[in-house]
Amino acid sequence: MQQPQPKPPLPSDDKRWKIVNATMRRHGYTAHALIETLHSVQDAFGFLDEIALRFVAASLDVPLSKVYGVATFYHIFMLKPQGRHTCVVCTGTACYIKGADTLLAGIHSRYDINPGDTTADNRLSLLTARCVGACGLAPAVVLNGDVLGKQDVATLVNTLEALD
Amino acid sequence: MHPEDLAEKAAQIRAETAAIKREVRVCMAASCQSSGSAPVLAALTDICGDGGGTCHVKGVGCMGLCSAGPLVAVADKDCTLSNAVLYRDVTPADAPDIMQSVCGAPVERLRCPTEQPFFQRQQRIVLENSGRIDPDSFKDYVAVGGYAALVKALSEMTPAEVLREVTTSGLRGRGGGGYPTGLKWSTVAKTAGAQKYVICNADEGDPGAFMDRAVLESDPHRVLEGMMIAGYAIGANKGYVYVRAEYPLAVERLQTAIRKAKGAGFLGARVADTQFNFEVEIRLGAGAFVCGEETALMASIEGLRGQPRPRPPYPAEAGLWGCPTLINNVESFANIAPIIRNGGAWFAGIGTEKSKGTKVFALAGKIQNTGLIEVPMGTSLRDIIEQIGGGIPDGLAFKAVQTGGPSGGCIPEQHLDIAVDYDSLKTLGTMMGSGGMIVMDETACMVDVARYFMEFCMTESCGKCIPCRAGTQQMHGLLDKIAKGEGTHADLALLEHLCEVVQATSLCGLGQTAPNPVLSTLRYFREEYENKLVDDDVH
Repeated sequence: MQQPQPKPPLPSDDKRWKIVNATMRRHGYTAHALIETLHSVQDAFGFLDEIALRFVAASLDVPLSKVYGVATFYHIFMLKPQGRHTCVVCTGTACYIKGADTLLAGIHSRYDINPGDTTADNRLSLLTARCVGACGLAPAVVLNGDVLGKQDVATLVNTLEALD
Repeated sequence: MHPEDLAEKAAQIRAETAAIKREVRVCMAASCQSSGSAPVLAALTDICGDGGGTCHVKGVGCMGLCSAGPLVAVADKDCTLSNAVLYRDVTPADAPDIMQSVCGAPVERLRCPTEQPFFQRQQRIVLENSGRIDPDSFKDYVAVGGYAALVKALSEMTPAEVLREVTTSGLRGRGGGGYPTGLKWSTVAKTAGAQKYVICNADEGDPGAFMDRAVLESDPHRVLEGMMIAGYAIGANKGYVYVRAEYPLAVERLQTAIRKAKGAGFLGARVADTQFNFEVEIRLGAGAFVCGEETALMASIEGLRGQPRPRPPYPAEAGLWGCPTLINNVESFANIAPIIRNGGAWFAGIGTEKSKGTKVFALAGKIQNTGLIEVPMGTSLRDIIEQIGGGIPDGLAFKAVQTGGPSGGCIPEQHLDIAVDYDSLKTLGTMMGSGGMIVMDETACMVDVARYFMEFCMTESCGKCIPCRAGTQQMHGLLDKIAKGEGTHADLALLEHLCEVVQATSLCGLGQTAPNPVLSTLRYFREEYENKLVDDDVH
């Protein structure tokens, strides 16, 4: 019978790895804990880097290719670090009908970034979401986790300008 | 535990708060929170203090009219929303006036009339507690009759009797497919297996839909109760709620509900002091539309990429980890408790011949009243849009209403008098879907709308089968060309041909229905496509 692989050491003494490890332990280090674990890494570190993917793969005894496959399949997982602020523009149907594209165009013309980009000064990342479920307040954006409804370009850009 | 014991417990809870006569209810669902309801709740709580023991300020779930949020209702305790005094666009500065009005005249400048059709034309079954109870309070739920259906099922009914009531009710899956719920449950119940699972599909991926989100945020215990009754009926002791990570508040409320139900002995080992055990775990989605498809959803729970597989075998035979599995949507589970409480025949008395009960719709887009409504099946689209929805703003004309998300279609003006149910929408070339309704006014370009949905399906295609992966890409290219005014008649013909191929040969629902928005806009707005075409190249 195949012996279980010994668990790899934590990648560093950063305390956040302990949180990630706790998630895996709670699920008995089974392969099906993969998505939950990646959520945990992203909550703790903000994105998934190669060190994290390798650590999770070794801990759960899942091939790195599968871990990478899952991490790239789901939209929510980020493989690169985000700026200090994150602005997610909802592009769901209601927001589309109410002009989500003009919000994206407005941000582009002010900051010269497209969805998926971060400004050169690392201040702002722009993302899109398929639908954040705030359709009653369309068009909506999620700024640093807070949903802002009934946006237009002027108010949104003003809000973004006011960030530190 | 017997029903009388629970009734006594509920009476006790009500007695504890008997002195409270008036309630100030602040919507704390996600939409109103985005409009700033949390500081309103804080300001009102601050002024109210202990309310002299007769008035109580509390956070509640969704009251429906999201466009007017933050909403605050002042009402007698146990009073329904349609009889409350409702205030709209409330700010913390309005708190003193509102508290004054608890025992006095209403604050006219903030009033949102509840005599309007938006409130009066609704029939709330799924949302009966929404906007009335504190979603984080186990006691609130029990006080309004919560868990009575579960206790009734566990103590007075056999699993077969539960199945019979659900079958009699005529309930059909609220996730969009409309498969008879009783039949689905009976199939899983009949399948032999030592381990079975109940899954609640809360991966509300349809853009423009937020019904399930509101139910989870407003009345989470109701969903757990439905899942447990299902578990008892089919012989499962483990459930998963697969919920989108985009709904953090829904996740939080559900976690609280699970913790409190466990603490009170209504979840876990020996549910309500019976022999029945049931555990529920939450699994977070990670932003993939295809995971709303049941086999893809199960793959995702197993920690894999969310790719569907061919059916059969259906989840009822071989589902999660190969075990018999029941998958229902949030709203389907939310209908179970009232069906068990009042009987399947009562539920079957509501709605149309083949679609029973009510349906929750999310109204959004170019419509006056955006938000959440619940109406009996068979209500006409015209009633929903013109009466309940308040019509189109800015004096513009109605053009189409889109239902069924990326799998559905657009319905034009001439069909607005149709009575909405699963079958009538199908004849119009669209579908019920989970209940999103996006209204478009005369400024909408239907080719652009079709291109929007195709772009959605193209990016959300999981890539497993070629018709969907390559077909959506090609169709999007053609739509883009036509929308830009560069398409020819040959392009349009090719587009129509591709629609047929992708529909007929894709593996799962995503691909099979991806052409629907194109086909339906072609059916009703063909001239918009043709007006954009240029003459075929002559070589």
